[in-house]
Amino acid sequence: MATLKELTANPDRLAGGHRLCGGCGASIAVRQIMLAAGDVPMVAGCATGCLEVSTTIYPYSSWRVPFIHNAFENSAATISGVEAAFKGLQRAGKIPADKKMKFIAFGGDGGTYDIGLQSLSGAMERGHDMVYVCYDNGAYMNTGIQRSSATPLGAWATTAEVGKAQQGKIQRRKDLTSIIADHGIPYAAQASVSHWKDLTAKAEKAFACDGAAFINVLSPCPRGWRTASGKSIELARAGVQTGFWPLFEVEDGVWRQTVKTPTLKPIEEFLKPQGRFKHLFAPGNEALLAAVQQGVDEYYAYIQKRCACEG
Amino acid sequence: MAEQTTVATTGNVLVAEAMRQCKPDVMAAYPITPQTTIVEEFAKFAANGKTHAEYVTVESEHSAMSACVGASAAGARVMTATCSQGLALMWEELYIASGLRLPIVMANANRALAAPINIHCDHSDAMGARDAGWVMLFAETAQEAYDNTIMSVRIAEHADVMLPVMTCLDGFITTHSIDRAEMLDDASVTEFVGEYTPRYALLDTDKPVSHGNFSGLGGAYFEFKKQQRTAMDAALSVVKSVGAEFSALAGRPFDVVEGWGMDDADVAIVVIGSTAGNARHVARDLRAKGVKAGVLKIRCFRPFPSAEIREALKGVKAVAVLDRSESFGAEGGPVFLEVKSALYDLDARVPLVNYIYGLGGADVRLELIESVYADLSDIVSGTAAPSAMQYLGTR
Repeated sequence: MATLKELTANPDRLAGGHRLCGGCGASIAVRQIMLAAGDVPMVAGCATGCLEVSTTIYPYSSWRVPFIHNAFENSAATISGVEAAFKGLQRAGKIPADKKMKFIAFGGDGGTYDIGLQSLSGAMERGHDMVYVCYDNGAYMNTGIQRSSATPLGAWATTAEVGKAQQGKIQRRKDLTSIIADHGIPYAAQASVSHWKDLTAKAEKAFACDGAAFINVLSPCPRGWRTASGKSIELARAGVQTGFWPLFEVEDGVWRQTVKTPTLKPIEEFLKPQGRFKHLFAPGNEALLAAVQQGVDEYYAYIQKRCACEG
Repeated sequence: MAEQTTVATTGNVLVAEAMRQCKPDVMAAYPITPQTTIVEEFAKFAANGKTHAEYVTVESEHSAMSACVGASAAGARVMTATCSQGLALMWEELYIASGLRLPIVMANANRALAAPINIHCDHSDAMGARDAGWVMLFAETAQEAYDNTIMSVRIAEHADVMLPVMTCLDGFITTHSIDRAEMLDDASVTEFVGEYTPRYALLDTDKPVSHGNFSGLGGAYFEFKKQQRTAMDAALSVVKSVGAEFSALAGRPFDVVEGWGMDDADVAIVVIGSTAGNARHVARDLRAKGVKAGVLKIRCFRPFPSAEIREALKGVKAVAVLDRSESFGAEGGPVFLEVKSALYDLDARVPLVNYIYGLGGADVRLELIESVYADLSDIVSGTAAPSAMQYLGTR
């Protein structure tokens, strides 16, 4: 795996000056992951969302690689098409047979867990030689903090409100990484912008594998999480250290925890700094807070078990 | 003229053969009746090494068109096929394909839209997509479906157009019936369509471009849409010139509209698709009885050939427009509304009647066509004019 010094020698493929918020996890994830691709020619695609809107305001673009945005739910299908074109044109002799290229698709949790799940599942099942990256910030942030199926239990969102009859999101979050790993693709991983070495190592593996690869990256959103811009990396780290977001990879069917957390911190350390969980600490919500802790513990235990049994 | 082989086969097989002969780089498709045999035929070509195309067997029509958009933006020659609910599922992507100016060619095996679910022919699917910015050609026969597919590649990739093209053929009637047709040899088609050289390809890493940028600020969206209109307007003469070139190759005439008996017609039927044949058959019989009957078939629906239609209908004493789809709440079917608009510029008003017919594959018997001509003759003689909108053949 590349050292930090080696990584910094690689071209930075997302230019500064984009219009994402300060502290946005998405741009950090994109930059780190694309650094790990080295200088191999690459086409990037992006679902509709913050990342796309903020980096491609016509006539400008922050992308230093060929880039396509199509719609909200079809970043995976679109890049499938780009990759298919590469194969077809190579077969036609219009692109040299020995030319290597990489194809990467980005989507937020809304465009990946929800509306884009079918398109992603199809692309993974077909085994296109692509890397799909979900930047998971746990809500539809671009449209104003509506809940997604990645939104954690109990979190406030504008479509999962806090009031007399309801305390934020009623359901627990979907475990997308396991769902995609269970497609039997060569590589699937869960990563966090707080653990750059782990993230870039996973990205290198994803780019290196022949076929479909998937990385789900915890990407804090200061605006949606109701936190200060400077707190993002600290919060992402808390997400890992509390077991909310275990870091693991599934390589050719073998599950492995990549960052061990021998003693988990209480989930409060992840929740308390975030305004979207403020109500969980109000009197009367003790049971809900306990349920959140229990859900996190169960999920962490499940991931540990899969890593222990199959790794 | 090129050598041709006479074949007896279905419209769908001919469309698949035409696609193969046009040498696409990518085919991305999802099966749906009655389009399915097109993609099945293409799967055989792929399995037998008869195409270099990467065949992407997507999980839905939405992803089919999404992959086509990606592949076309990448710089490939791209094709697909669909119909009905599948076309409806693609709806969002139809606009993106045309908005990004991607010359994708798609066959649409016209089929009714649910509900109630129905697998048979009408034009509701295509007409639902009529404002999506696609050039739209309708075939009367399997031969035309084959010919239109080949011409579509040239039309779509023409520098003045750069728009996707939808070639429509009537579900089951044209897609599945065995018909006689002339097939060109592979080399002639390959030469006719030529190689596609994209101007802005994602895979051209020496000239990086971005497709689909956010144009919500600063008003660029409006200008892009105006450019699309310019391209669509330019497509009319391209459809004609490509038709003329293809005619020289294949020996079959092609225009944006095709008249039969229109030079001296008193009564005329305007129609799209396979029903043109029925209408012509009836008109021929009526001619033998002294009725000056004509048929005007519209081959190119988008761009709409208003001037040509105006010219063809200006001396006619009564005209019926047949619509194989509904436009609920409108003054008539989509074809009727377009024809009526086209005739507004004439000094003398042409009496027009609209007939909605054949929805969901309802039979279009010759007696029904005869009854339309009879209505028109009544109008000409000044008696019993039917109201402007009629349902033809409902029980």
